[in-house]
Amino acid sequence: MSGFLREYLLVVIFAAAGLAFALGSLGLGALIRPKRPTPQKYVVYESGVDPVPGGWSQSQIRYYIFALLFVMFDVEAVFIFPWAVNLEAMAVFGLIEMLVFIGILALGLVYAWRKQVLRWV
Amino acid sequence: MIVAQAVELQLPKIEYVSILPTLALITGALVILTISALVPKRMPEGFWTAATLITAAATAVGAAFQWRSINVAGARSAIASAVVLDGFSMWFAVIAASTVALFALIADGYVQREGLGGPEIYVLALLSASGTVLMAQANDLLVLFLGLEILSISLYILAGFHRRKIESGEAAMKYFVLGAFSSAIFLYGIALTYGATGSTRYDSIQTYLKLTPEESEAGVLVHVIENRGLVLAGMALLIVGLAFKVAAVPFHTWTPDVYQGSPSPVTGFMAAGAKAAGFAGLIRLLVIALEPIKADWRPAIWALAVLTLVVGSVLAVVQTDVKRMLAYSSISHAGYVMIGLWAAGGTGGSAIDGVIGAQYYLLTYAFIVLGSFAVVSVVSGPGDGATAIADFRGLYQRKPSLAVGFALLLAAQAGVPLTTGFWAKFAVIKAALSSPLDRGLGVALTLIAMLVTAVGAFFYLRLILTMFHAPEGMDDEHLDDAGTVAVLVRERTALAVPVGTGIALALSLTMTIGAGLWAGPLLNFAAHILGR
Repeated sequence: MSGFLREYLLVVIFAAAGLAFALGSLGLGALIRPKRPTPQKYVVYESGVDPVPGGWSQSQIRYYIFALLFVMFDVEAVFIFPWAVNLEAMAVFGLIEMLVFIGILALGLVYAWRKQVLRWV
Repeated sequence: MIVAQAVELQLPKIEYVSILPTLALITGALVILTISALVPKRMPEGFWTAATLITAAATAVGAAFQWRSINVAGARSAIASAVVLDGFSMWFAVIAASTVALFALIADGYVQREGLGGPEIYVLALLSASGTVLMAQANDLLVLFLGLEILSISLYILAGFHRRKIESGEAAMKYFVLGAFSSAIFLYGIALTYGATGSTRYDSIQTYLKLTPEESEAGVLVHVIENRGLVLAGMALLIVGLAFKVAAVPFHTWTPDVYQGSPSPVTGFMAAGAKAAGFAGLIRLLVIALEPIKADWRPAIWALAVLTLVVGSVLAVVQTDVKRMLAYSSISHAGYVMIGLWAAGGTGGSAIDGVIGAQYYLLTYAFIVLGSFAVVSVVSGPGDGATAIADFRGLYQRKPSLAVGFALLLAAQAGVPLTTGFWAKFAVIKAALSSPLDRGLGVALTLIAMLVTAVGAFFYLRLILTMFHAPEGMDDEHLDDAGTVAVLVRERTALAVPVGTGIALALSLTMTIGAGLWAGPLLNFAAHILGR
């Protein structure tokens, strides 16, 4: 085998190992577990509660909008902590940069507020 | 316990001229959003379009400043080598500015007709364009990923912008799920490449891959490359991630559905902007960072080019919907750009020729495809639904200017001489033929491209002929019928072209025919900015 092809061998081994792991663990499970189906076991799992009507039901979207706004400011904190630790080294430049960053995020909040997102409907 | 360590923090010097176009686009988007949030009065619809056009103009001015700076101080990397400032990045800033300007003009009439008005569609387009610019000047895999995400996330929302249309939501969903999947693949590629080479910066990756075993053993660099398997797997995943964005076969399956379901102006923007961005990222990644292992990526790109050309054109023939047909045609155009990319890995003169051809192709294609979708967005009518080829029947009788304009743009896509479409194909094929070492592969690629162009001519011509064919109910025997038929004819004839869409179509045609007849300046400039 040429050196050129040998280098690709690792890629093949890598892919094969990944596939073997997934198939192996699932296959082994299928082989050794007991199989005693009852009607209850075929019911769709829904956090231990019996599922009611169908899967196509309307759900409240308002939580997601709040969650989205929360993530925005949550991520902001991730950036502010390391910044605060190094503020002395970055001096005025760092302060201005962070103000710009917070300003842009605040614009998002202003936009959300004017679009009535903050009102619980 | 975390021990505080006194580490000297090195702040990179920020050279603002290197990110002027990005800054202009993002500032414009934020200003528009702020105005919309703070001004209580409803703005007239044209206001947002005008603001977007001003931002696009500012972006172009920013690119001009960059060009002046490059002429004075030379091409260079800036901001801790995260971005590059060179002719290539400037060229793509111009593409981004043009696409966003044309898009704003087309969207203006469209959102008013569909009742989707407001600043959001323009803001998203501006942000998406800033991602394009960032991808073109990225000199670091993470900056490339950042640009890719800025571009894509805006496009996911734009695809679903027609809120009341279920197809639009379907398009957004499909694009998002598959796009997020490809982003994950791309990210995995970054991880493997970083693991193999110890850096995410293009220049460091290149230096590292260039090392011969003796050099690395002699202690020139700390890392020793023990097995190239890791870097090859990383390279493959990076190519897959970006090939998805440019809709190269076999990563193209999302394209027809997403192009068909998205609002027509957005489809044009996607075809122009996302393709340019994906190729900009791919070209710089392969030609700069992975240049030392081009023996490994060139066969892959060659195969992708052949598949993309053939599958795109052949499947376009059987489409009955104009938007789907244009989607497959855009896949086939990606194949032509791939020819340029393949040539860019060649030896000697063909390398630079390949990049020139690819960037020229992407600029001219942006104008052609946005012009085409300007026509589609008018003809599709209220609800954006009439996009079957049958709906284009007799367009010449309903609106001669639209039919003639569309016919010229389709001819340009087919590669008819005296249009930019011809020069673009000519440029990439010339580059593929000028590589002396692998002439055989280049000739094979050229022959396939020629065959595919012939197939393309068929389906473009079929649509052109359909447009110039009299519609049902307007030939002589039906006209004799009184009453209902006459009303039907009048209804079908009424086709108002919004001012903005008209301007966009005119600009697109001026560029396509103007630079086609007088091809020298643009072609020479494309070569000049790369130091030719």
